[in-house]
Formats: sequence, C-alpha cells, structure tokens
Amino acid sequence: MTPAASGALALAAQVRAGERSAASVLEESLAAIRGRDPELHCFNALADAHARERADEVDRLVASGTDPGPLAGVPVALKDNICTRSAPTTCSSRILAGWTPPYDATVVSRLAAAGAVVVGKTNLDEFAMGSSTENSATGPTRNPWDTGRVPGGSSGGSAAAVAAGMVPVALGSDTGGSIRQPAALCGVVGVKPTYGVVSRYGLVAFASSLDQIGPLATTVAEAAAVLEAIAGHDDRDSTSLEQAAPRCSEVLDDGARGLRVGVVADFLADASPDCTGAVRAAADVLAGHGASVEEVALPELLHGLSAYYLIAPAEASSNLARYDGVRYGLRVDAPDVETMNGRTRAAGFGPEVKRRVMLGTYVLSAGYYDAYYAQAQRVRTLVARAFARAYAGVDVLLAPTTPSVAFPLGSKTSDPLEMYLADLFTIPSNLAGHPAMSVPFALGEGGMPVGVQVLAPALGERAMFRAAAVVESGADPRARGPVPARGAR
Amino acid sequence: MSGGARAGEDAAIEGVAGYEVVVGLEVHCELSTATKLFCGCANAFGAPPNTQVCPVCLGLPGSLPVLNRRAVELAMRIGSALHCEIRPSTFHRKNYFYPDMPKDYQISQYDEPVNADGYLELPGGARVGIERAHIEEDTGKTTHVGGGGRIHDADHSLVDYNRAGVPLVEIVSRPDIRGAEQARSYVSELRAVLVATGASDGRMEEGSLRVDANVSVRREGSEGLGTRCEVKNLNSLRSLGRAIDFEAERQVAVLRSGGRVVQETRHWDEDEGRTSSMRSKEEANDYRYFAEPDLVPLVPDEELLERATRAMPVLPAARRVRLSALVGDDTAADQVTTVVDLGLDDLVVAAAALGADASLALRRAANEAAQRPEQARRIDAGVFARLLSLESAGTLSATQSKAVLAEVLESGGDPEEIARRLGFEALPAAELEAVLDEVVASHPAEWERYVGGDDKVAQLLTGLVMRATRGRANGKAVAAALASRRA
Amino acid sequence: MSGQLSTEEVAHIARLARLEITEEESATYAGQLSAILEHVDAVRRLDTAGVPPTSHAFELRNVLRADEPRPCLERDEVLAGAPRAEDGRFLVPRILGEEP
Repeated sequence: MTPAASGALALAAQVRAGERSAASVLEESLAAIRGRDPELHCFNALADAHARERADEVDRLVASGTDPGPLAGVPVALKDNICTRSAPTTCSSRILAGWTPPYDATVVSRLAAAGAVVVGKTNLDEFAMGSSTENSATGPTRNPWDTGRVPGGSSGGSAAAVAAGMVPVALGSDTGGSIRQPAALCGVVGVKPTYGVVSRYGLVAFASSLDQIGPLATTVAEAAAVLEAIAGHDDRDSTSLEQAAPRCSEVLDDGARGLRVGVVADFLADASPDCTGAVRAAADVLAGHGASVEEVALPELLHGLSAYYLIAPAEASSNLARYDGVRYGLRVDAPDVETMNGRTRAAGFGPEVKRRVMLGTYVLSAGYYDAYYAQAQRVRTLVARAFARAYAGVDVLLAPTTPSVAFPLGSKTSDPLEMYLADLFTIPSNLAGHPAMSVPFALGEGGMPVGVQVLAPALGERAMFRAAAVVESGADPRARGPVPARGAR
Repeated sequence: MSGGARAGEDAAIEGVAGYEVVVGLEVHCELSTATKLFCGCANAFGAPPNTQVCPVCLGLPGSLPVLNRRAVELAMRIGSALHCEIRPSTFHRKNYFYPDMPKDYQISQYDEPVNADGYLELPGGARVGIERAHIEEDTGKTTHVGGGGRIHDADHSLVDYNRAGVPLVEIVSRPDIRGAEQARSYVSELRAVLVATGASDGRMEEGSLRVDANVSVRREGSEGLGTRCEVKNLNSLRSLGRAIDFEAERQVAVLRSGGRVVQETRHWDEDEGRTSSMRSKEEANDYRYFAEPDLVPLVPDEELLERATRAMPVLPAARRVRLSALVGDDTAADQVTTVVDLGLDDLVVAAAALGADASLALRRAANEAAQRPEQARRIDAGVFARLLSLESAGTLSATQSKAVLAEVLESGGDPEEIARRLGFEALPAAELEAVLDEVVASHPAEWERYVGGDDKVAQLLTGLVMRATRGRANGKAVAAALASRRA
Repeated sequence: MSGQLSTEEVAHIARLARLEITEEESATYAGQLSAILEHVDAVRRLDTAGVPPTSHAFELRNVLRADEPRPCLERDEVLAGAPRAEDGRFLVPRILGEEP
C-alpha cells in the first residue's frame, strides 16, 4: 500500500503512536516516486537526503516521548514555486534552473513544526502560468488516470503526485484556479483558502493580489488537517490576516442540516454535461442531508476571466522583472547590461511567460492603464459585489470546477485563449479573495474524474469544509485518487 | 540635438540679464532608522559590501516587504515640520530596469503621498511651497570599474545592495525658488529642519541628503514657466549653486540664439563645471505605476500622529524669530541665522536669561563660538553668561574676553580663573595712568590734535595704550581716561 | 483603440519588458496579444461608472513592523547564486543607460 492510500491522518496517527516509523513511511513514498515518476514526471527535484534527516528527527521525538505534531511523518510534496533551503526552487523555468533559496517559505517552517516531511518539489506551468503543466521547462506532467492527458495546472505536479499515490498530500498555489483545476482533473481534493489565511512569504509571486497557497489531498479531512497546519497570521506577509487558522476539522461531521446552498446557474451553461451533471448531483446530495438548495444568477462572474487576464499579467510583468541575470539564476552574457537583461530573459522564459509579461507590460503602459488595468480592477469590484449579493442569501455556492474533464496533452497548447477558458469557473474566487475547493465527485467522459467546486465567502472555510464533507460522502468512490498505474488509453 | 542647444552648451557665459531663474528642488533624505524600510537589515553606512542584505532587500523570489513603523513616524514628522497635510497614503511600484534595483521596480508613493501641500520658511521670511514629501526605498550602489570610473566608459560595474531598501523621504518643492542663492538657502534650511526633527543626519557627503534641481528660465515679468531641465549629481551646496547658475545661463543662451530648451535630464560635472545631456538610447521612461499588492494603505491614525509629533523640537524658523526678538536688532539677521544653523541659539537665550547682554552674547556666539560649534554646544550657559558679564563690566577687554572664551571652549573651566591664569586681571588705574603719560609724551602731535577736538585720533591713542599693555587695558577704561585728561 | 497591436507596438513593449525578441516572434506575439485583447475587450465595454477599482482583496491598513534588526544573510549565501561576482559584489557588464 502506498503512503497516499493509507491516508495522511492514518499515517500520522501511526507515527505518533510509535506503530510505524517516519523513516519507513518516507521510504515507501520515495519508492512510489521512483516507480511512477519516470512516466508521470510529477517532480522537478527530490529533497531525499534532507527528508531522511527530518524523518529520523521525527522518529527520535516519538522515541523520546515528544509529539512531533499532527502531521508526524507525513510525506508532503511542494509545488516548485515554494522556497526551500533543502532543494532548488525553479518554478519550472530555465531562468531559475538550479537556484536554491537561502531561506524557507513560512509554510515550509509550519509543515516542519507540524511534523511533516518534505520529500520534493513538483512540476508546474512555468511561474504558475498555465492550466496543463505543459508550459514547463522540465517537460509536461502526465495525468495518472490517463497518461495521454494533462493533469491540469499549474499545480499539475502536486495534483498528479497525490493522485498517483506518491505522497498523501501536497501543497500547490492558486492564482486563478491552479490548485482546484488540477485537483479536479486528477480526482483529488484541492483547496484555495481565503486570501491572507496562508502566508505567501516564500511563494514565488505570480500575481501577488491573487496568489494563495493551499493543500491537495485525497480526502477533505486530510486537506483540512494540512490547511490547519499551514494557516494563520505571519508577520512577514503584510497581507496576512490576523485571524488564527480556521479549525475546519471540527465541522466535518456536522452534516448539511440548515446549510443554505446556492448553485451558480451561470456556470452550468458553459460546462460539459458530465461536469454540469456532477454539480446537480452534488446539490441533490446536500439537499438529501437537509440543506436548502437554490439556483443563483451571478452573470458578473463570467466577466472575471477577462478581468483576470488583465490584472494577473500586469502584476506578473512587475513580479518577473527581477529575473534579469544580475543576482541569481540564468545569465546570457552580452557586452552591456541592457542587452544581457534582454537576452537572459529571452532565453530564460518560455513562450507563455513572455506572452503574459508582454500583455501585462502593455496594459500598464502609458495610455492604456485606464482602459484596461483600471477597468479590470472595477470589474473585480463587480465580481466581489455579485458574490456579496449571493452570500446575503446562501452560506456556500456550488459550481463546476472545470468546463470539462482532463484534455489530451497538446490539444490546447497552440491557442492560449482556449487554455485560459479552463479557469473560467475558478477565477472569480481569486478576484474576490474568497475560499473555494474542488471535491472529486464522479467519473465523466473517458472515465476521467470530475470535480465539484464549493465556494464560500471570505473566511467561510468552516462552512465550505462542512459542505465539502457532505459532497464527498455522496461522491462516486471510484472518482477519487490514488489510482493504480493504467497508462495511456 | 538642436543647433540652439549646441550653442547653449558652448556659450553659457553671457549671464541671465532680463530673465528670471525658476528652480524646484527634489531632495532625497535617508531616514535615521535602525533598520531598512521593508526588512530588519541594519540601516548603516559603511559596512562591507553585501553584508547588510536579506531575502527581502535583495528582492529574492518569494520575499515580501513589511513596512517599518519608525520610518513612517519619521516621514510624518518631516511632514509635520514642513506644515504638510498628513494624509492617508498608498504604495505603488515604479517599474524600470536598473542593476542597482533588486526587484527591478522601486516601491514608492505615487498619487497618494503621505505628506502634501506644505511649505518651508527660509531665513529672511520667503516661503517655498512643498508639493509632497513621500516615502520610498533606496537603491543599491554601483561602482564602475575601468574607464576612469565613468559609467559609459567602464569595462564593467559592481553592485553592492547594502543601501537597497534604506528608507527615503523624497521632498518635492514647488517651483518657488528663484536662483542659485535661494536654492542653497532652501537646502541648508531643509537640512536644518531634518536634523532638528531627528529624521536624518543630513550628511550630504555620505549621501544621506541628495538633491536634484529642476531649472527653467523665463523672461522677467512673464507668468508661465519655461521648459525645465532636471539636473542631477549635485553632491554639495556648492555644486548645487554652480550647477543652477550654469544651467540657467545655458538655457538663456539657447533662448537668445533663437533655440528652444529641450526638456531633459542633465548631469552636473563638478570638475568641468558644466551640465551635459544624459539622454540615452532608452525610450522615454514609462514607469507603469500600479498599486503595490504586497503592501496595504497607510492611514494616519491618532497613535501614529501622536508619535510622529511627540517631542517635536522648536524648528529653525521659529528659533530665528525668538533670537531676533531677544536681540532686538534687525541688522543682526546673518548672525542670528548662523547661530541657529549651528544650534547655538539655546546658549545665547540661556545666557541672556542669566543677565548677559543679548547682543554681546549673539556676537560672541556667531563669531568666536561658531569657530568650534561642537564644543560651544557643550558649554554651560552660566559660564558663558559670567564671561560676558566680565566683558560688559569692563573687567575684561574684548580681546581678553575672546581669549578666555577660546580657553573655555578648548578645555572648559571658570572664566575668572582662566582670566587670572592668563594674567587678564584688570589693569590697576595707576598703571593705566602711567602708560598714558608715556603715550602722551611720545606722541605730542597726536595728543595736540586730540585735545584740539579731533576725535578720530582717539582710536590711534587707544591702540597705542593697548599695545603698550599687551591688550590688558580695557577699551572703555582707556576711552574714559583719555576723555577725563582732555576735559 | 481597437485592441489590435502592431509589430512596432510589440517591439516597444518588449523593450519596456527587457525581452529581446526576433521580428518573427514580434509578429507572432502581435497576433496572439491582439486575440487576447479582443477577447478581454468585453471588460472595456462594461458600465462601471461609479464603481471603485479593487487593488487588494481586503481593506487592511497600517500593517507595520517594529524598527528592530533581524539577522542578515551571510555574504556567501548572498553571492551563491550570482552569475558573476567580484570583491563581494555582483558583477554586471557595462551599463549604457543612466539611472532614471
């Protein structure tokens, strides 16, 4: 049995009780990675030496009668845009190839404090820009359900690693859906917390006002446990909220009685029948558990995509300016610094990153700021207002996570716009700063998993997890990872 | 470059007669905080390169800024001292590529600065409007290697990021300054205010205070502003004045030759004594400002305002008013300015309160004490007052008093004791009369003229007595003795 | 403003963004960026009169840190990732442009 199949919580319980060693759990995880990663390419780098030290430390603590924490000995994979001293952090970009940060992200310290063991860094779309993990300088990750299909993105490596049973849990980052969309496409749970609940310190920025770190796991309960470990105020992040980590594990058995659920009607028309059907079935499950369910009309949310593709590239164009060949990462030599900057960036960034940097530069430039960027920020306000209108009457919203199941590799790489549409249903929560999560629910086209998205207002994590646990209880168990190796179909 | 501009480059020698020189100044002031603006690295000058840096001020991927409370308080303190409105403010990113800037954007304040609409009152009473005084981060330092250290001739450059992220307040004046002299007066007054508030050490030579000048000229009597040029690399008050004079003359020469002034940034070369165009191959700057997503707005609540204005010292303009009123002499304005600039006004005021002659105290402070301001700020007001009283009473001559003051400044001590040690006890009347006898005997012609009513010769006679007594005689006593002999 | 970018505009943007691009790339990007801008053009047509812009998800204010020193990095760590360094500093080739 792989570590993921045992489940993070069961593993931690066994390690804490001294029934299993963290070292043996780690070795199982590393063996699973060695077995499947050559085919799937979930990992950019392993931190195995450091992980073994950490696992031994956990075992020593247990032996000495000290509790290593709620995630004792749990192997965790980190998206390769989260800074670690123990392994390079490359963002799957040539421009950062081989760069090892001299510091750990706050979430890394928090995971360590909870007893978890970081095993390695997972593949992503370069700088988290993409929805398929094909925009990676280290090559694409494949979907463990069907290696001819994408795992989604940009946290595709993390989602696939959990789905393939290499690790029970992983962290990703979500700027426009980059945790939830791959979670849905890989049949795992993915959570984007409220903006400011998890520290961004050490997360390599894509679009700072939208980025948020969150967990991927096989179950809602495991995702809750990881979120509790990494969340909470951090004085190194000015946008970190004062609130303590939301205690979501407590509400998982609360059921749905009295819960008011809204189904986002506007999204149903734009999704494939399997995705729409899953949302309707999940709504029925909630209603069956005593929730009230109604359809809500939120047409403004559909404008979120356009606003997002102005705001995110604008911020990215500034965040990615620092990769200039001066202080770290790639340098392409040239006789003067300006040419060196230009050649380094030309050689170091892939086409999608360049496209977004140029788009963002354009919309911020003189004469276009008001027409594009400022207007997009007003639309962002409209999206938040639409949500506020909905949440006046319901506790959570239900929507498809994605317009379709995982698509074949290479099928959308030639048309950037087509790829952008994959985030249509996930983007609004990022614009509003709200929490949202994807729960695997059913099998759809080609036997691929379909996720259902639960959305909640700011700091509404407890209601969200409560609803998600009920949805999970009514889900098709076959739709959930880990999946055995099957290869391409 | 237009022909007119070329003419101006070569012929900036004809003066600016018929034109008015209009100057606005941008002063960057490094704040005296313990740590940098957005991280806990030390804000200190002179450490070995790249030893005062961390992920934040190095702009490493994933790092985030957190605003320094003390920097905010000092910025508000500057705003308060400059009579600005202290307002809710936000931070923006100013995007441009330069190797000394770790993130390739600078975190600054843009359309919502913390301080706006104030003024600085100069000695003499003129007020220069302050458009804004906003918070921003400093850049690193670049050293150009090869080619004589000049940027474009250099073989390569080396970058030290110790200064990157040091808190700055940029103080932007309105174009209210007329000419080089007033510009220098503005900067030295601003410097005094910044030092007095504790916001900065004001050291221009260490780069704590950096000045850029926007210079334009217009026909005397005209209302509108001419096209301005921004002059950079002004490292001292002297270069500020010279650069403005040169630039104004250059612009006037351009206009006189029928050319047009081109709006541009110009570099002051201290050795050559001229400004030259800094236009590079880069296109016009487009900084693509947008709200810094990693920082939240700053709102001056009561706590911040209270801390910003707490223990605010009396500022130079008010101190000059106080001192002038005490002395009651309009002709002493320069001495008042000097004494306030050197921080010796408290000494003068305190000595006067202890009974010393205020005018004499001002004179001795502005002339003698000003030679050694460090020591003068440390001397006890009672000692200073006693010394001045000895002089007023005629116990010490002016020469003797100055000598005693020099000794007090040098090594401290009691004025009477020092006077005794230096042999400055008042000349006994009998001895003075004896010396007078000698002088009258040896200069009969002069004495005749004096007796005949020629007062001009009194000075000569007094001088002769002084020389004979080696300065021990008191001027007033000599004058009295001479007068009584003539009577 | 039609949302159609010329290759000259693309070249200008690339210079602002410090990306060296070929003429061929310039043409490709002109087409792709124009398509994206055309798609997002709907945003520009929305009536947002009186709607304030949102730059931050939440309205936090006055997040401040005490002026207390924290340890800096060791210089070895600082320069570890440097493509080139000399005398404890980062080495860059000749700088053509002046600092703004």
